[in-house]
Amino acid sequence: MPAAPDIRYTRDHEWVSLDGDVATIGITDHAQEALGDIVFVELPEPERAVTEGEACAVVESVKAASDVYAPLSGKVVEINQAVIDDPALVNGDPMGGAWFFRLELDEPEAFDALMDEAAYAEYLETL
Amino acid sequence: MSPPPDEPAATLPTPPALATTPLDAWHRRLGARMVPFAGYAMPVQYDFAGEMAARCRGGVLGEHLHCRAQAALFDVSHMGQAWITGAGADAVLETLVVGDIAGLREGRQRYSLLTNDQGGILDDLMIARAAPGADGTQRLFLVVNAANKEADFAHIAAHLPPGVTLTPLPARALVAVQGPAAAAILGALDPATAALPFLGFATARLAGIDCLISRSGYTGEDGFEISCPAEQAEALADALLGFSALIPAGLGARDSLRLEAGLCLHGNDIDPATNPIEAGLTWTIGKRRRMAADFPGAGPILAALAEGPARLRVGIRPEGRAPARAGTAILNEAGETVGTITSGGFSPSLSAPIAMGYVRRDAAGDGTKLWLSVRGQRLPAQVVPMPFVPHRYIR
Repeated sequence: MPAAPDIRYTRDHEWVSLDGDVATIGITDHAQEALGDIVFVELPEPERAVTEGEACAVVESVKAASDVYAPLSGKVVEINQAVIDDPALVNGDPMGGAWFFRLELDEPEAFDALMDEAAYAEYLETL
Repeated sequence: MSPPPDEPAATLPTPPALATTPLDAWHRRLGARMVPFAGYAMPVQYDFAGEMAARCRGGVLGEHLHCRAQAALFDVSHMGQAWITGAGADAVLETLVVGDIAGLREGRQRYSLLTNDQGGILDDLMIARAAPGADGTQRLFLVVNAANKEADFAHIAAHLPPGVTLTPLPARALVAVQGPAAAAILGALDPATAALPFLGFATARLAGIDCLISRSGYTGEDGFEISCPAEQAEALADALLGFSALIPAGLGARDSLRLEAGLCLHGNDIDPATNPIEAGLTWTIGKRRRMAADFPGAGPILAALAEGPARLRVGIRPEGRAPARAGTAILNEAGETVGTITSGGFSPSLSAPIAMGYVRRDAAGDGTKLWLSVRGQRLPAQVVPMPFVPHRYIR
């Protein structure tokens, strides 16, 4: 049986998965649920260098706009055009097909410092 | 991801003394997400389950589209209801509002504005004339905005002569049933309601409950607003929910529906610094009132009418997909700031962003190209006529 993929989380409700030194980032199911119907997504320009904690994408529901923060520092190497074209994908498949962008990490080992699934679940309990 | 600003961060303590409407428990049973609004815990949207989920998937988009396609119930019990009664009540109210109230016939309702001496809009409100009391005195029924109700009632009470009485009705609930199926639903409960014209006002007996109803609303659809005693609000709401065309809808859908209908939200699109002319509400000023120039702020308001206002409220369509929210700066083609968006969001019916705001008069013509300053970018937009979605009031 293959191991469950190692997905990490931030307190701002981004998820991160790592493949080599490239991280894939999206927003969690909790986040899409809290936002409600998502109608607009803005993603960073490819090649943009971002710093951990920097606002680098925007997700808007019918009600309001929210920033999405870079969970780690790195360079944007790919963005997901599909969520720009169809923002409702974020409500439907937040942890899969509706990833937002990919970062080539400055320090891939920083990934290990992010919350794992159990820690994030515990964190959600405190909200 | 940051929490949306219109929802309370989950870590914040519950604000003290948040009032509840008579339907609070009813909303929670139906899966409402409650948020603070104007001092009340109010449903912003619903996560439906069971049979209700089969009617509608819930959420702002689903609730909005269901209202346009069938019918939705909105709890607006947070709004202020009151009677003004006594001999000459209409003439007294005319000293505070711009509308022709003396000319308002029994069984009719009118949209009006409370103005200040500078011509600013203290609040917008609905005024209806009920049948006279047993002693023949006038009875006017008022509905004002939740956020302004205490100030409005204090303002009105301070201007009443002896013999005219303002009676706020905090023990009454108010629900709106809106959408193309609204008339069939109310007609099934009381056939007489079907004959009520647009902006008609009457008593009705719905599911054994004595109600005051008006054929009005805040969505651009045909519909009714129903006032009933607070303790009977759940029974009324349950009776309405017995019709499968109906779902409850929250403040989120209420806001997107009224924006599509081009209707003002006091505090956003009109306020004490806005005059009725620039707001495009000249039609609320009665002809007789205009001639007599006898309403608060008549000087500045009629001057704005004669000279043309410096700025105008207009509809705006951003060209891309990015919504432009309230507070967004509006620039003309030359790059000068010419105005500000006062309400903006996403139109579920058009599947595109829409907005309204004030622009300098030279930028207010339909088709005028503008730029919107959103997150440091300039997004192209255009002035368009409102409503964004045609009204479907019964005529």
